[in-house]
Amino acid sequence: MKIGIIDCGGANLNSIYYSFKRINIKSYISNSLFELEKMDALILPGVGTAGVVMNKLKENDLINLIQETTKPTLGICIGMQILFDYSEEDDTNCLGIIEGVVKKLKPNKDIKVPQMGWNKVITNVDNIGGYYYFANSYYTDNDDYAVGHSYYGKKINSIVKKDNFLGCQFHPEKSSDIGEKFIKNFINLV
Amino acid sequence: MLTKRIIPCLDVKNGLVVKGVQFKDHEIVGSILDLAQKYSNEGADELVFYDIGASTYNGIVSKQWVNLIAEVINIPFCVAGGIKTVNDAREILNSGADKISINSPAIKRPELIKELADEFGSQCVVVGIDSKTVGDKYIVFSHTGDEKTITNTKLETKNWIDTVQELGAGEIVLNCMNQDGVRNGYDIDQLNIMLVNCDVPLIASGGAGNEIHFSDVFRKTDSSGALAASVFHKNLININDLKKYLKKELINIRK
Repeated sequence: MKIGIIDCGGANLNSIYYSFKRINIKSYISNSLFELEKMDALILPGVGTAGVVMNKLKENDLINLIQETTKPTLGICIGMQILFDYSEEDDTNCLGIIEGVVKKLKPNKDIKVPQMGWNKVITNVDNIGGYYYFANSYYTDNDDYAVGHSYYGKKINSIVKKDNFLGCQFHPEKSSDIGEKFIKNFINLV
Repeated sequence: MLTKRIIPCLDVKNGLVVKGVQFKDHEIVGSILDLAQKYSNEGADELVFYDIGASTYNGIVSKQWVNLIAEVINIPFCVAGGIKTVNDAREILNSGADKISINSPAIKRPELIKELADEFGSQCVVVGIDSKTVGDKYIVFSHTGDEKTITNTKLETKNWIDTVQELGAGEIVLNCMNQDGVRNGYDIDQLNIMLVNCDVPLIASGGAGNEIHFSDVFRKTDSSGALAASVFHKNLININDLKKYLKKELINIRK
């Protein structure tokens, strides 16, 4: 099994690589269409801004690959957000795989922004509900494809699933044992 | 809603974890990887590695241990000390750190905060602030890693907190120096004053001595997390026991 971690220019690709290594799965960090086409599953990793990530995907001619793939594909944080149509961050048109808009979290007396820390994910998917690590200033709430949600001032999506695409707003690679379980669940789809 | 974070801080000097009292007389407390693993297993929510030699002696943080930590630790961690440019930060983040924290270099050149936030997103950019009372005001100090270099910046802490937020800081660690290393409890008064204008998460630092200090800081202030070093390194508090205690005290805590 070969997992391709798409290099979108953001930092911290190593964290995801190591999270697979800890469960003895080989992954490859790449921005090459030629390389990524040969993978059994794809990861859209989670650090950067929507504008930067979408530009990098365009530069490397990876937009069609992602939009048309039928392989299991996991988007993490920003990687999940760009599955949607549009992001308010940098006024960015995204991949349009899932309908909806990515909006900015606004601070108020109840919430600080970014959302930074461990929040509860409520889901009906077996054995993966619990506390995960979040670090985000933007959110989605169109729940047509939501299979997990959390509360941060309001109800927000924390897991979305459409066909072969899975997205999580949190960082499973940083979410201790439960995050590892989430990643193993994804691997079982491959 | 988010749980309150318990954050052990590991002060690193020459590749070893050390702890001093009020920034002086550093003593060695152990190896970086062993302690990181131990705290992660005990249920720490996040770790901070602070290279206390770095800013003081003009060095930069050695990247090798950052990679090693990222390989074994599956909770978030932040690296602080000596990060002066976007490239310094990129190397550390690429090695597997989730956040970088800047302190003295941000005071010297505040635009650095904006450069880092634009490049990596605010959620990666933590600003550490060392603050203590001078007369009737709270004032920011820089280069606090060594008593010979410690400098009164004349900046009022409240104003500096406004500035760093405007420039894109995603989190603030407020180290209340009057309390640091003396284990008399967090500086509740100062934290509450500073939290009034704080839209980003603020982490309380300095003063933890027992379990009650942690429940106090979460009950009496809106701090997002509590950072401590010596009480953990000296085994005065076990993180697992602390979290059980806080849970019993009805503080919102992970497991």
